[in-house]
Amino acid sequence: MFASLFKSASFVTGLVLFGLTVLTAVVAPWVLHVDVGQRVGLAYMPPSAEHWLGTDHLGLDLVSLHIVGLRASLYVGLVSGVVATLVGTLIGVYSGYKGGFIDDLLNSLTNLFLVIPSLVVLILLSSSFEQGRSLTLIALIIGGTTWTWTARAVRAQASSLRGRDHVALARINGYGTFGILALHILPYLLSYLFMVFVLQTATGILTEASLSMLGLGPHDSVSLGRILDEAVKNEALVDGAWWAFLPATVLITVIAFSLYVINTAMEGVFNPRLRR
Amino acid sequence: MQSFLENHPRLRHSLGRALWYLLTFVVAVAVNFFLPRLGDHSPVDTLIARAGESLDTRTAREQEEAYLKEFGLVEVDRAGKLVRAADGKPVETSLASQFARYLSLSLRGDLGTSILQYPKSVNEIIRAALPWTIALQLPAIVLGWLCGNLLGALAAYRRGFFDKGLYPLALLLSAIPAFCVGILLVFVFSIELEWFPAVGGYDDSRIVEFSWDFVSSAAHYYVLPFLSIFGITLGHQAIGMRSMCIYELGTDYIKYSKLLGIQESKILLYMFRNAMLPQLTGLALALGAMVGGALITEMIFSYPGLGMTILTAIQGNDYPLITGATLLITVTVLFANFTVDLLIGFLDPRVAHAERTKR
Repeated sequence: MFASLFKSASFVTGLVLFGLTVLTAVVAPWVLHVDVGQRVGLAYMPPSAEHWLGTDHLGLDLVSLHIVGLRASLYVGLVSGVVATLVGTLIGVYSGYKGGFIDDLLNSLTNLFLVIPSLVVLILLSSSFEQGRSLTLIALIIGGTTWTWTARAVRAQASSLRGRDHVALARINGYGTFGILALHILPYLLSYLFMVFVLQTATGILTEASLSMLGLGPHDSVSLGRILDEAVKNEALVDGAWWAFLPATVLITVIAFSLYVINTAMEGVFNPRLRR
Repeated sequence: MQSFLENHPRLRHSLGRALWYLLTFVVAVAVNFFLPRLGDHSPVDTLIARAGESLDTRTAREQEEAYLKEFGLVEVDRAGKLVRAADGKPVETSLASQFARYLSLSLRGDLGTSILQYPKSVNEIIRAALPWTIALQLPAIVLGWLCGNLLGALAAYRRGFFDKGLYPLALLLSAIPAFCVGILLVFVFSIELEWFPAVGGYDDSRIVEFSWDFVSSAAHYYVLPFLSIFGITLGHQAIGMRSMCIYELGTDYIKYSKLLGIQESKILLYMFRNAMLPQLTGLALALGAMVGGALITEMIFSYPGLGMTILTAIQGNDYPLITGATLLITVTVLFANFTVDLLIGFLDPRVAHAERTKR
């Protein structure tokens, strides 16, 4: 099944694009001189041979800032993606399989958090952790608020698997709930879960950037969203200092776009209805 | 009563939803109250730090007590005087009674006093910002939703140009985060081309009034933020509608209609009606995310709406203003969801059927 993915042109395009950003994040600190604490010039110096992306409002080297920011954004995406997928899958698969009262209860809980705008919860939560707002905490907060879509989707899938013969057989053979979930339901959802994870990672990266734009970003690290936040706050837009915000915008867009393309391509391969 | 409800499945559906939304509302208010209090901020400390510098100790203490009273943080007796413990210090109210006070005040529509813009009330600040947000977001989201659905249906049905050319464009539009669209639009149209102003809601030199001069200036500032919210909504909806329509096109009733030789435009209408219902639910569910994205768009353009209000409130740790604004957004989103839910109960015969057979 996974082999047929690589025949899809859009999947490969997305994977190559995303792979390039990850590769940049991993390799760049080894190759280039990265220093985000040292002023190298005046404010908003345009790109030059020495500083490829110029300087920001403090005179810091923007190439260094982007590399550190890219690493931070990918980290947040990964952590929040794992957390959201894990929480959403556990809740979804359990309530979908169990049915009855537990299903009703968990379903109402999911719907509750689906209706209350997650940005509101994020704003309230992050503004109350003002001092200790580390990158990891932000990733955890994002993962803890964006799992609702996953839970809903996984629940629907699990409850349709519930009536299958092989699950009934496992039940007759004396498997407990967790044995059935782990051995007879989750393996069938694997490709679906991977798609969900890709989407949740994209959501995590975009959400971190949105939070940072609100001035609720991490205190211990630069991130792509914080570069944008600082640029907008310090009038880079009005000054026409495009090098201070355009590269970060393009980077975030490329990451999100590549992940979306990967997700859509996987849907096309895994869902026979969409095949032509 | 029991049998009356059973004979009116739609009414039963509506009542059930109303009850559920009431519960969600209570939870939302509780979230709004308790989350900001997880940290150890006190609005009074902020005010005192600002006012206290120029005051001597005694006046400062009196001022602090007045603030404490105003924000409902200390016990007050019937005459409106502070209840004091044996050592003369005011008694702090418990969190539960603070919550009760917050609840009763918010239900009466009183959102408290702003810290940053003290002594302005939160209601006053929000009332000034709200018209801008509504005028910007409502047309942009509704129009984007309508056009997106039409384009999505066309892409699924016609394939060819619509699907090959417009679909990747819609995908790209929906992948670019809301704030990036805003930043890119500002870069291209106001910095490079200088067609539209970059920030603000109207020309500062003009007075806010209902005159041709002011309205035309506001319209000039309106174009870019509108386009950015419109474009994003359109992209998202077109993608959703396209896959819904592809699903509907594979169903038996469409194949049968085609075999019968029914007019193409009529089949298109059948498909559109059936694919539209899930999109309506999608609109309700996505509303929260849309409003969030639109708020950030406002911040980028420094549009004088609710988004800017929240941004300045966050920068100044203005808790009453943050919770007031977020509460308003939550209630609006809940209300919109509720309306769509009721609408679906009336539009979709399956809902009434499910209610009738539920036992």
